[in-house]
Amino acid sequence: MSASLSRAVNVLKEVIDAPIASYFASCVHCGLCAEACLFYTETGEPKYTPIHKLEPLRRVYLQEYTLIGRLLKWVGLSKPLSDAELAQWQPLVYDSCTMCGRCSMVCPVGNDIVYMIRKLREGMAIAGHAPAGVAAATRRTIEIGSPMGVKLSALKAQIGHIEAVTGLPVPLDQEGAEYMVLLSSMEIINFPEYLSAITRIMKQAGKTWTLCSTAFEATNSGIQIGVSDLARVIVLRIVEAAERLKVQTVISPECGHAFTALRWEGPNLIGRPYGFKVKHILEVLDELRAQGLLKTQGFGDKRLTFHDPCQLVRRGGVIEQPRNLMRMISSNFVETADPGKYNWCCGGGGGVSANDDAEAIRLIAFKRKKTQLDAVKPDQLVTACANCRIVLEEGLEHYQMNLPVVGLTEMIADHLVSD
Amino acid sequence: MDAAQLFNWVRGSGLQLAVFIFLLGTVWRLIEIYGLGRKPDLAEPRHVPGASGWHTLWHRSIPIPGMMQRAGLTYIAGYGFHIGLVAVVLLFAPHIRLIRELTGLSWPALPSPFVDLLAVMTLAAMLVVLAERLHQPVKRFLSTFEDWFTWALTFLPVLTGYLAARHLLLPYTLTLSLHILSVELLLVLLPFTKLFHVFTIWPSRWFNGDASGRKGVAV
Repeated sequence: MSASLSRAVNVLKEVIDAPIASYFASCVHCGLCAEACLFYTETGEPKYTPIHKLEPLRRVYLQEYTLIGRLLKWVGLSKPLSDAELAQWQPLVYDSCTMCGRCSMVCPVGNDIVYMIRKLREGMAIAGHAPAGVAAATRRTIEIGSPMGVKLSALKAQIGHIEAVTGLPVPLDQEGAEYMVLLSSMEIINFPEYLSAITRIMKQAGKTWTLCSTAFEATNSGIQIGVSDLARVIVLRIVEAAERLKVQTVISPECGHAFTALRWEGPNLIGRPYGFKVKHILEVLDELRAQGLLKTQGFGDKRLTFHDPCQLVRRGGVIEQPRNLMRMISSNFVETADPGKYNWCCGGGGGVSANDDAEAIRLIAFKRKKTQLDAVKPDQLVTACANCRIVLEEGLEHYQMNLPVVGLTEMIADHLVSD
Repeated sequence: MDAAQLFNWVRGSGLQLAVFIFLLGTVWRLIEIYGLGRKPDLAEPRHVPGASGWHTLWHRSIPIPGMMQRAGLTYIAGYGFHIGLVAVVLLFAPHIRLIRELTGLSWPALPSPFVDLLAVMTLAAMLVVLAERLHQPVKRFLSTFEDWFTWALTFLPVLTGYLAARHLLLPYTLTLSLHILSVELLLVLLPFTKLFHVFTIWPSRWFNGDASGRKGVAV
């Protein structure tokens, strides 16, 4: 056994717990999970069946943790895991899984399949079978501070620009502020509207807030690639900053997996609860709405629909908030089929959009979204994840669909009642 | 061994042995699986009514929107075979008599002709399940020896039970012996095959529902 393979097996042995053992013991090979997966529904290829993607993990479970499996391995009837197999599984575990978690919602025996994919990626990554694009993004986050290599100087330039345009201050490193706002690099480079929107909304709501020069980046590709050690470093950077600045709440930006990383995985990665709250920006906006601190005007009659980011909605529990907020900006808000927790992924989550090997299959999987949008025919598509937004824009362009995509936070900011 | 000796063995030592292996195997497997434990979740949970492991325990029996259209046959045949199986096992008068002899517990039985009908429904549903496994690409792709084998292991007790109850095909004592024998085989192998989902389905649903419920999402 090669050193990398034995590391992988050790990591997989370590991540297997009672739920995983229970899930593997429960699977009856009914194949229903395939019908929940956009990579299967759009290709019709059985190899994309979610439970099949877990075969390496299942083998380790059987051979290491069951009496029958150990016996079969001992007499040579069950072949041990090989490096070649892990390599063969890479396209299934990374390229064709966005960790959207829809499979975990349909499995009739109750298997949380995406939970197991997340754990299998730990073993795959340590053995060097993670896609180069996502691995590089993680390395840049550790070394430079952001997956796209965005440095503080770039953020400062954007701050200066926003201050000039809005005439409002953008606070940096302000101790004791109520909110610490995080960004994704995508928002710094591609969608500067987001920070401008926050600046205007916080002004109207009369809230104190700050950015932090040592922790402005929220995205965490460590959890996408499956390297908890690196994911922990990235989370800790934010936790230390928030505790140093003594903020009450850290606001996760319009990015699905950043929210999952910080809100749900973070405390488990660092081994303790936080001394502050973590909320997604839509949660904060909906609270401000409920407190009467957010007032909008100028409803258009444009037909708007909302794309639910998986990590925010099904995997994050922010379901009603975007709907409440959509109704603050539009009198013609329509839902696509399977809204809310039943949503279909854009096809680019879980590191897929940063993975060059996955581009072809991602565009095929996008047909699921296309079908949903074709049925509703909106004038504008609103979402709350910069990654979904880029993936949607690319998919729409690929299929020559003329549909603008916007972020919900900037939509709210554009409809604020002017003083 | 003649028919009478076989009948005595399956009703005596055979049954005892099968029940013993079944109980021992079940306890072993439960310890093997749940002894692994799980780490506590340190993320602050949401508290949303209805989002919990208990919700998923029963709610997972209902397909989510769209799934009936995509895989209706799997659900219908699955329901038919599971409900039929539970009913013929637990609501057939001779089965209840056996349970009363063993445990002292008893409850009202369904009329025999109705149980006959349920048995036929169960057999038909199981044949549909088999046909689907043979023809549907995903099911065939996933299938291993264990899937075909456990299908037969479940089908045989229902088939032989029906034949015995209706006095069809073979002499009654022999059919009944074969019926009991097939049940014993099922009991012995249940803990070590996918049939063990009879037990693990409940904690699996609970774990999944609990993890999602903590995030405020009822699944």
